[in-house]
Amino acid sequence: MRFALIGRPNCGKSTLFNQVAGYKAETGNFHGTTVTFTESKVRVAGEVVELVDLPGTYTLAGSNPAEAVAKEYLESNDVDVIINVADASHLAQSLELTLELLVVKRPVILALNMMDEALRMGLRIDGPGLEKKLGIRVVPLVASKGRGVKGLFLAGKEVARSKPEYSLRFSSFEEDPLARHRLGQELATGFTRQGERNLSWHDRLDDILLHPVWGYVALISVLLVFFQMVYGIGQMVEPSLLAIFNRLIFLATGHLGQQSFIGVLASGVLQGVTAGVAIVLPYLLPFLLGLGLLEDVGYLPRVAFLMDSLMHRIGLHGKAIVPFILGYGCNVPAVMSTRTLEEPRDRFMAAALATLVPCAARLAVVFGLVAFYLGPIPALGLYIYNLFVIAVTGRILTHLMPEDSPGLILEMPPYRTPTIRAVFNKAWFRIREFVVEAWPTLIAGSGILAVLSYYNLAIYFNLLVRPFTWLLDLPEVVGVPLIFGILRKELSLVMLGQALGTMNFATAMTPTQLFTFTVFVMFYVPCVATLIMLRRELGTKGMAWITLLTVLVALVAALIARGVGFIFL
Amino acid sequence: MRLIDIDAGIWVRVTGFEGGVKFQERLLQHGLYPGDRARILRVAPLKGPLLVEVNGREIALGRVVAQEILVEVME
Repeated sequence: MRFALIGRPNCGKSTLFNQVAGYKAETGNFHGTTVTFTESKVRVAGEVVELVDLPGTYTLAGSNPAEAVAKEYLESNDVDVIINVADASHLAQSLELTLELLVVKRPVILALNMMDEALRMGLRIDGPGLEKKLGIRVVPLVASKGRGVKGLFLAGKEVARSKPEYSLRFSSFEEDPLARHRLGQELATGFTRQGERNLSWHDRLDDILLHPVWGYVALISVLLVFFQMVYGIGQMVEPSLLAIFNRLIFLATGHLGQQSFIGVLASGVLQGVTAGVAIVLPYLLPFLLGLGLLEDVGYLPRVAFLMDSLMHRIGLHGKAIVPFILGYGCNVPAVMSTRTLEEPRDRFMAAALATLVPCAARLAVVFGLVAFYLGPIPALGLYIYNLFVIAVTGRILTHLMPEDSPGLILEMPPYRTPTIRAVFNKAWFRIREFVVEAWPTLIAGSGILAVLSYYNLAIYFNLLVRPFTWLLDLPEVVGVPLIFGILRKELSLVMLGQALGTMNFATAMTPTQLFTFTVFVMFYVPCVATLIMLRRELGTKGMAWITLLTVLVALVAALIARGVGFIFL
Repeated sequence: MRLIDIDAGIWVRVTGFEGGVKFQERLLQHGLYPGDRARILRVAPLKGPLLVEVNGREIALGRVVAQEILVEVME
C-alpha cells in the first residue's frame, strides 16, 4: 500500500513525513528527471505502508517541472491514497490545491495541519461540514507535536480499503485557477468561524526582526552566534579527529613500508578518507543543523527580505543570500542550498559567486600565511577585497546573463517552533548526499595523487601551473601545493613547507609573493567536494564553466594583489 | 494605480497584473489574484522589497514586482 503526501510549501508536510519516517527514508528521482522525492516505509497497525513525500506544490497545473511530475505521479497506479496536507490557519489557499486533487481519480484525505496555530488565530473549522461538502475524509493534525498522526494513517488505510466514489462535483473548476481561488475562499469562509484572536509574541517579533535598523542588528547578531557556534564546534572536533587519522596513516604506512608503492597508496587513500571526515563532522554537520534550525524557525525568508536590495546590486535577489552565508563555513552546503532558487540562471550565478566565498579551510590559509607573516590588517583587507571581487564578478556575470526573473516573490511564513527530529532528519539527508556523491571521488583523487607522487610525476604539476606562477611571480615549486589544494584547500598551506623546503615561509617567499599566493588560493578552482556538488546541482557543463571562471577570477585578482603588494609591502 | 505607489497600512483591491504570462502565473501560485484585498505591512530600507498582507498571509514582493501590480484604494 502506498500513500503520497502532497501540499503547498510551508504546510508542514515534511514535518509530518519526518515524524513517521526517521532516518530510514530514501531519496529518489522521478523517472528521467532531476525532481527528487523522499520515500519511507511506515508501520501502520501491523501493516507496512510506503509513504512518499512529494515536493511542495502550489498547483498541479503549474509550469514548474516538479509540479508536472507530481501530477503524473498521482495519477499513476502506484498511489493508493493521496494525503493532502493543508495549513489550517490558511484554509482558503490550501483548498485551491485540494480542489485540483478532487478530480484526480484517486482517494484523497485532507489533513488539516497546524490546527494549534489556527486555534491561536481564533479560527474554528467545521471539519465534518467540510467533509460532507467535499466528499472526502477530513482529519485534524498537529504534525509538529505528533498529534493526530496515527488517526490520519488509520484513516488512510480505511479509505484505501473502502475504495470510495470519487467526488466530481467540482470538476468544472479544474481548468480555471481564478474560479478555484474564489471557491476556496467561499468554502473557507463557509466552514470557518472567526473567534477571539490570541496573539502572542510570535506575531510582534517582525516589528524588531524586520525593522529598518534593529532588523539588521538582529541579523548580524544571529549570524555571529551562528558562526561562533559552528566554528567553535569545528575547532573542538577537527584537531583531535585529524590526530586520530594521522596516527592511523602513520601506523598503516609504518606497517606497509613508507617507501613501498602499497604504503604510499594506502596513505593517499586514507588521506582522502580523512579529508571527507574533516569536512563532514566539523563543518558540514553543524552548518546543516544550524541551517535547518533557521529554516524551520522561519528566519531565512526574513534574511532574504532584509538582504534583497543589496543582492540586487550583484545581480541576484534576496533568496540567494543563503549560499553566501553558508559559503563562509563550507562551500559544499552553500552549493546545495542554491536549489531553492527557481531560475536556472539564478542558481548558476549564486553557485558561481558562493564558491568564491572563502570557506573555513581557506581561512586557515589566510591565517597561516597573511595574518601570521604580514599581520592582521592585511588579513582583514583580504576579506574586504574578497567581497569586492565577488561584487565585481557578479556585475560582470549579470552583464553577460541579464536578470530575467522579475524579482522577489516570497512567502513569509509565521515563526514556528522547530522540532529537533525534523532538523536532524533534514541535516542527515543532506549529509548522506555528500557522503554518497562526493566522498568516493575525494578518496579516489587522493589515491591517484599519491601514486603520481610515488612515481615522482607530481613534479610535472609545477610545469602545468607554471604559466600562472610565472605571471604572478611565484616560486615554481608552489605548483604542487596548488594542485593538492584542489583536493582539500588547507593542503595548499600544509604542502607549502614541503615544497619550499622550509617551514619559515618568509625566508623562501617575499611578502608580496605570500600575499599574491594567498589571493590566488582564495579564488582558484573549488575543492573536489564542492566540484562534485556543483556537477550535481548544475550539471557537468555548469561545473566546468564555474571552474574556468574561478581560474580567471583568481588570476586577475592575484595580479592586482601582486601590484598592490609591490607598492605597499 | 500601482502597488508600488501605495503607502503602508492602506487597504487596496488588486485589479490586475502587467508583465509576462510566466510572471503572472507565479503571482497566482503565491495566492495573489485580481480582486484580492491587500495592504503593505512594511518596506525594507534602501529600496528593498515590500511585505504585503493578502488574505491573512504575508508575501514579500520585490519593487519591480510591485510595479506590475495594478490596484485601487478601497474606501
